[in-house]
Amino acid sequence: MLKIKNLHAGVEGNEILNGIDLEVKAGEVHAIMGPNGSGKSTLAAVIAGKEEFEVTEGTIELEGEDLDETSPEERAHKGVFLSFQYPVEIPGVSVTNFMKTAINESRKARGLEDMPANIMLKLIREKSELLEIDRKFLSRSLNEGFSGGEKKRNEIFQMAMLEPKLAILDETDSGLDIDALRIVANGVNKLKSQENAVIVITHYQRLLDYIVPDFVHVLHEGKIVKSGTKDLALELEEKGYDWIKNETLV
Amino acid sequence: MDLKDKLISSFLAFENNVDVDHPVHDIRSEAIKNFESKGFPNRKQEAWKYTSLNSLQKTNFSIFPKEVNALEYKEVKKYFLHEVDTFKIVFIDGVYSSFLSETTHDGVDICLMSAALSKPVYKKVIDEYFNKIASKEESLTTLNTAFSKEGAFIFIPKGKMPIKPVEILHFTTGTTEASLLLQPRNLIVAEEKAELQVIERHQSLTKNEVLTNCVTEIFAAKNSIVDYYKVQNDLDNASLIDNTYIDQKDSSVVKIHTFSFGGKLTRNNLNFYQNGERIDSTMKGVTILGKKQHVDHHTLVHHKEPNCESHQDYKGIYGDKSTGVFNGKIIVDKVAQKTNAFQQNNNILISDKATINTKPQLEIFADDVKCSHGCTIGQLDEEALFYLQSRGIPKKEAAALLMYAFANNVLESVRIPELKRRINTLIAKKLGVELGFNL
Repeated sequence: MLKIKNLHAGVEGNEILNGIDLEVKAGEVHAIMGPNGSGKSTLAAVIAGKEEFEVTEGTIELEGEDLDETSPEERAHKGVFLSFQYPVEIPGVSVTNFMKTAINESRKARGLEDMPANIMLKLIREKSELLEIDRKFLSRSLNEGFSGGEKKRNEIFQMAMLEPKLAILDETDSGLDIDALRIVANGVNKLKSQENAVIVITHYQRLLDYIVPDFVHVLHEGKIVKSGTKDLALELEEKGYDWIKNETLV
Repeated sequence: MDLKDKLISSFLAFENNVDVDHPVHDIRSEAIKNFESKGFPNRKQEAWKYTSLNSLQKTNFSIFPKEVNALEYKEVKKYFLHEVDTFKIVFIDGVYSSFLSETTHDGVDICLMSAALSKPVYKKVIDEYFNKIASKEESLTTLNTAFSKEGAFIFIPKGKMPIKPVEILHFTTGTTEASLLLQPRNLIVAEEKAELQVIERHQSLTKNEVLTNCVTEIFAAKNSIVDYYKVQNDLDNASLIDNTYIDQKDSSVVKIHTFSFGGKLTRNNLNFYQNGERIDSTMKGVTILGKKQHVDHHTLVHHKEPNCESHQDYKGIYGDKSTGVFNGKIIVDKVAQKTNAFQQNNNILISDKATINTKPQLEIFADDVKCSHGCTIGQLDEEALFYLQSRGIPKKEAAALLMYAFANNVLESVRIPELKRRINTLIAKKLGVELGFNL
C-alpha cells in the first residue's frame, strides 16, 4: 500500500525528517510514536502532501505510484486521508455541505457523476450513527465551536464518509476523554478491512489499547529508531522516551 | 470646460425646469453656492486621501438625460429580487419608469421625490425632513441637493409597515447619451414604530461611462426599524458616490448592509446621527473586488445621547489590482455615557498588487463607554487550505470556500431570505467557483 524510502524532508532548508523507511501493507495498522518534536506530525503532513514541506530526498509510493509533485487533493482522490490534530473551523459551511463538496469533488476527479442526494443522505445517516453523532450536529458550521472531542469525532466521521485506502490519524487521542476515545477507536476499528491500512500517530500508549497495531515504530530526530510489535508501545509507556533517546546515543 | 464649471452653468438651465417658488428651491440655491465655493473634493483633503475623482472630472458627462428610454422587463428582470413580490421604484437614465415600477399610497407612501416636491399633500413632510440631516457643507452632497428633483420618496406613518420590501433601482442605458451623470435624491421617513425594508441598486447597462452622485436621507423615529440593503455590483465603467445620512430617535434600530462587488469607483459615505437614547445602529459590509476596481467605505457614527449602541463589521476580499479603503469614525459626545461602540474591519488580499487602507478614527469625550475596534489585513490561512485540500477539494474551490466562510457572518443579519440567497450566489460567482452545493 504505502512504501516510504529514505525520506528526507523539511522547511526552508531545515531538515525535520532524516531518512525514513516505512512499508505499510493493506490490512495493517501501524503506530508511530515518539517524543515531542521527533517529526511525527511532519511525516503525516508530508504523506498528505502539505506544500510547506519540501522533500529533498527519497520517495513516497502509494500502491506503486510515486506521489512526488502530487497535490494534497490529488492524494486525497487516490485514497489518502489525514485526520488533523487541530481541525480547522469553517464558519458558514455545514458539516453536511462540506462532506457533499468533498465527496463530489473526489467523484469528479474519478470521472463520476455527483452522488445522488438520497444515497448521500443514507451514507451520512449510516456513518453518523457509527460515530454516535447527533443529526443536529451535522447542520452546524464545520468545527466552529466544537469541543475537542467533537472535532476528533468529526474527523473520523469524515474518514468514514470518504473511505480512504490509507488513513493517517495524527494525535487523534489528544484532548479526548475516555468515552470519546472509545467511540473514535470503535469507529476506526469498524472501518478497518483487509483492503485498507491505518497509521496511528500518538504520544501515548492509551489509544493503542483500543486500536491495536500490528507494528509500532518509534520516531526520534526524524528517523525511525526502533520498530516492533505492540509490546514496544507498552515498554515505551513503562520506560519513557528517555530510554529510546539514551539507547540511540549509545 | 471642466465638470465643475459645466455643472454650475447647467444650474441656470435646471432652474427653467423646476418650480423656483417652492421653498426647496431656496435650499437648492444655497447648495449650489456651497458647491461653487468648494468644488470637487481632492486628495489633499484627509477624507479623500485614497480616492481620486480627477479622471471622472475630465469626462464629458451629460447632465440632463433625454426622456425617451424604455426597457423591457425581461431585459432587466435579473436585477430585481424577482423571486419575491416587492414594491419597485425604477428609474431609467434618471427618469422614472412607471412601466417597471410598482408604487403605493395605500396606508404608506412609496412613490417619487418629484411627486413629493410638487404635491401640496406632501408639503408638511418635505418641510419637516427634506435636507434636514444631509450635510450642508460636504461639497458632493450639496451638489446633489442643488440638482435634487427626482428619486425615491418613502413615508411610513406611525405603526405601519409596508406589506413587502421596497426596491429602488436605477438603470442607465446610455442609448442616447455618451456619458451620464445622475444625481438621485431619496427621502425615507419611518415614523414611530414603523418598519421598512429597502433594497437599493444602481445598474448600468451601457459601455458608456456613468457617474452617480446619490444622496439618501433616512429618518427613523422612536421605536422604528429600518433595514436597508445596498447592492453594488455594477459594470466596470460605472462609478458611484453614495451619500447616506441617517437620523435616529429613541430606541430605533437601523441596519445598513453594503455589498460591494463591482463598479469602477465606489465611494460610500455612511453617516449615522444618534439623536436619542437606546438606539441601535448597525453597518455591515462585504466587499469583493478584482481588476482595477476601487471601493472606499467612509462611515461615521455620532453618539450624541447616552445608552446607545453601534456595530460595524466590514469584510473585504481584494484581488488583482483592486484597491479598498475603510475609514470608520466614531464620535462619542461627553453626554453619551454608557455607549457601546464596536467596529471591525477584516481584509484578505489575494493578490500581491491589491491594496487596502484601513483606518479607525475614534473621538471619545465620555468616560463611561465601551468602544472597541480592530482591523486586520491578511492572506488566506495556509493550514485551512491544506485541510480542505486534504479532503479532496481542489485548491481554487478550497480558497473560495474559505473566503466565503470569511465573509459569511456579515450575511447572518440579512432578513430577506431571497436576498441572502442572491448575495450568496453573487459571492460564489464573484469568487469564480461552482461549489458542490448551494451556498
